[in-house]
Amino acid sequence: MNIFLTTLTRDLKMAFRNPSSFLNPLMFFVISISLFPIAISPDAETLSNIAPGIIWVITMLSVLLSLNSLFHYDYDNGVLEQVVISHQPLSLILLAKTTAHWILTGLPIIVLSPLLGMALFLDSNSIYILILTLCLATPCLSLIGSIGASLVVSIKNSGMLLSLLILPLYIPILIFATSAVSQSQFGLPINGQLYFLGSILIVSLMTAPFVSAIALKISME
Amino acid sequence: MSKLTVNNLSCQRGYNLLFENLSFNLNPGEILRISGQNGSGKTSLLKIISGLNSPESGSITYNQSKANSEKYQLETLYLGHYASLSSELSCIENLEYLANLSTEIVSPDFHKALREVGLKNYENELVGQLSAGQKRRVALSLLFISQSKVWLLDEPFTSLDSDGIKIIESQIEKHCLKGGICILTTHQDSNIKNLREISL
Repeated sequence: MNIFLTTLTRDLKMAFRNPSSFLNPLMFFVISISLFPIAISPDAETLSNIAPGIIWVITMLSVLLSLNSLFHYDYDNGVLEQVVISHQPLSLILLAKTTAHWILTGLPIIVLSPLLGMALFLDSNSIYILILTLCLATPCLSLIGSIGASLVVSIKNSGMLLSLLILPLYIPILIFATSAVSQSQFGLPINGQLYFLGSILIVSLMTAPFVSAIALKISME
Repeated sequence: MSKLTVNNLSCQRGYNLLFENLSFNLNPGEILRISGQNGSGKTSLLKIISGLNSPESGSITYNQSKANSEKYQLETLYLGHYASLSSELSCIENLEYLANLSTEIVSPDFHKALREVGLKNYENELVGQLSAGQKRRVALSLLFISQSKVWLLDEPFTSLDSDGIKIIESQIEKHCLKGGICILTTHQDSNIKNLREISL
């Protein structure tokens, strides 16, 4: 567990000393969402109808933007070689790196989402459900993304390939999360969607670190 | 007896066969220099011995532990082409993390290690602000705190000045006098005594 905390603190320390690495995707998230009312319509009803979709699509794209840097930097400077040949459990180290990634991308998105939800005229109950879906699903985005990032770590300019690999796996999350927020706007039950998001989170938490570790070892060959 | 045995090793990269049926034994106290032209497979061989890559065929054992096993990884220290340092962290923070990845570094005195490589007062300096030679010295300061028996050093003298090379050569000799094993690749002439050499 010591190596988990050490890796987590190291990655957070590095990110805060070079904030552009995690601020760029966040800026992208805020700017693109705030452009929709200007581009589509300032009408409250129109915006509140499409708000869940907008916020969730932009969340996914922001996470995708930041995924490329998850392992690349450590690969380029040779730290990843030391991590792979270390006797410490590789999956635990990768879980720590993924947790740091979520703290730097998913968590700020959750914090900013009520503000952006209000900008898109979401009612308070829908904002609450939006936060709930983001809390359940943004860790999944980081965990599933870590598998793709491990697979393409040795490939230069792999952004497009990473998107092609990862986006199909994000689709179920997008469907359940947006439908939960949309249905809550009409007062419909959303338990099913939340259960699905919860189970995706548990399955990704249980499997993604191990799959990432295998993928990383293959990529480092 | 703790000896490193490389048995019938073959390595292929793409369509190129880099080497095949390579075998050698290293007894405690021996230093092996791997020489060869660029692209002859020196780094690949070191990566295979470190357990980072797998060979096409053959096996590596140290003290009856196979490469890739946890026990083997505890006994080996691999320093690759890159310094394995993060620019945003200080020299001490980098060393602390690398030491955490290997428990064979016991009760490390990072300040002493940095002093040994001529980087006194650089402890809290960010690695990103150091020169290439200084970065290499920070990475090589691990040799002064590591308790691993087998050292695998890929081009350790790159970017080092003549004083730096002498410091590292003397540390390698001390390690081997204490019964350690060292395998290194270098294109530079070396003053290390009793150096065995194989050419790829």
